[in-house]
Amino acid sequence: MLLKSLNVPVKEFEAGTGWQIKPEGACKGDVCIPLPEQGGTDLDIRQVAEAMNLPLVEEPQAGLYALGPESIGGKALATAVAPEMTLPDLDGNPFELSSLQGQKIIVYAWAPY
Amino acid sequence: MWQALREELHPQGVELVTVGLDTLGADGCRAFIEAAKPSHPSLIDRHHVVADLFGVVNIPSSVWIDEAGMIVRPAEAAPAPPRATPAPPRALPDEMPQRLKDMMVEAAKIPNHAEAYHAALRDWVEKGADSEFAMDAATVVARSRPRNADTARGHAHFELATGLEMEGRHDLAILHFREAHRLVPDSWTFRRQAWSLETFGDGPLARFWQGPLPGNEADWPYAGDWLGDIKAEGAEHYNEGWKP
Repeated sequence: MLLKSLNVPVKEFEAGTGWQIKPEGACKGDVCIPLPEQGGTDLDIRQVAEAMNLPLVEEPQAGLYALGPESIGGKALATAVAPEMTLPDLDGNPFELSSLQGQKIIVYAWAPY
Repeated sequence: MWQALREELHPQGVELVTVGLDTLGADGCRAFIEAAKPSHPSLIDRHHVVADLFGVVNIPSSVWIDEAGMIVRPAEAAPAPPRATPAPPRALPDEMPQRLKDMMVEAAKIPNHAEAYHAALRDWVEKGADSEFAMDAATVVARSRPRNADTARGHAHFELATGLEMEGRHDLAILHFREAHRLVPDSWTFRRQAWSLETFGDGPLARFWQGPLPGNEADWPYAGDWLGDIKAEGAEHYNEGWKP
């Protein structure tokens, strides 16, 4: 996820990474990673990145950071539980993948180039 | 063709969610989506979150998810449904630039397992968890793409590049696209996205050129290009094909 600041509200972190913040730590499906105690309502992204082994890269000339995905067990998927994914449609309306639960879903990736 | 398949399978409890991977967003995807007139969710992914979330490295790819929200097949090549009657071969127009002709020759060599993939898809739609093509959770994780700390870092550089591109910082974006390409060498989408942003002219094929203009090779900012890379790697390795 892209960041302008290294203090991020929990909801933004959850939407940006697919990881949920729970009492036991950061969780995705059946996988949970303990996190250090967080003081305020925001997450300290440096601490979270270190605890979860997420890469944090920076472009100082633009004041922009990116927090990369997990690499647990050497695989793209930490769990077979489908992550939440929220993306906009052509008109900019957000769509949540989880809204289709109860149906079979084919996620199909394409590109116009 | 996917739209027709979706209409056929939707009454059986299947939904298709298409995700257009393009940092240019709706501007890049609009013409294709409006032409397809989708009745299913058709989403736009400017930062390639499907690469982070599912391990997508190529297009077209699919991920299958069951009614309970469990992935039953990880990201894999997803060819278009096979045609009832083969399309007649078409001669390439003489005026087409040689590079595009060469690209089409290479593209035709890319493995296409449409028959096997779509037979499996229909089997899963019919039988659900009893389908031999629906994997258990451990197999799904094991069959997902390899990812280590370096490749994860490459994903972060890619997302940073897309963010910089959207802020109009194209020169900075190139630096991070290059890091992404170096760290995630098996992602064709990370390369194709970056190459597609180096356009020459406004024609409909501008974004498909994906490489230097003849005589201007020194201006090309990337180590590889579509035609050079596919020849070096072999079109037969462009995707992993399809295996049950």
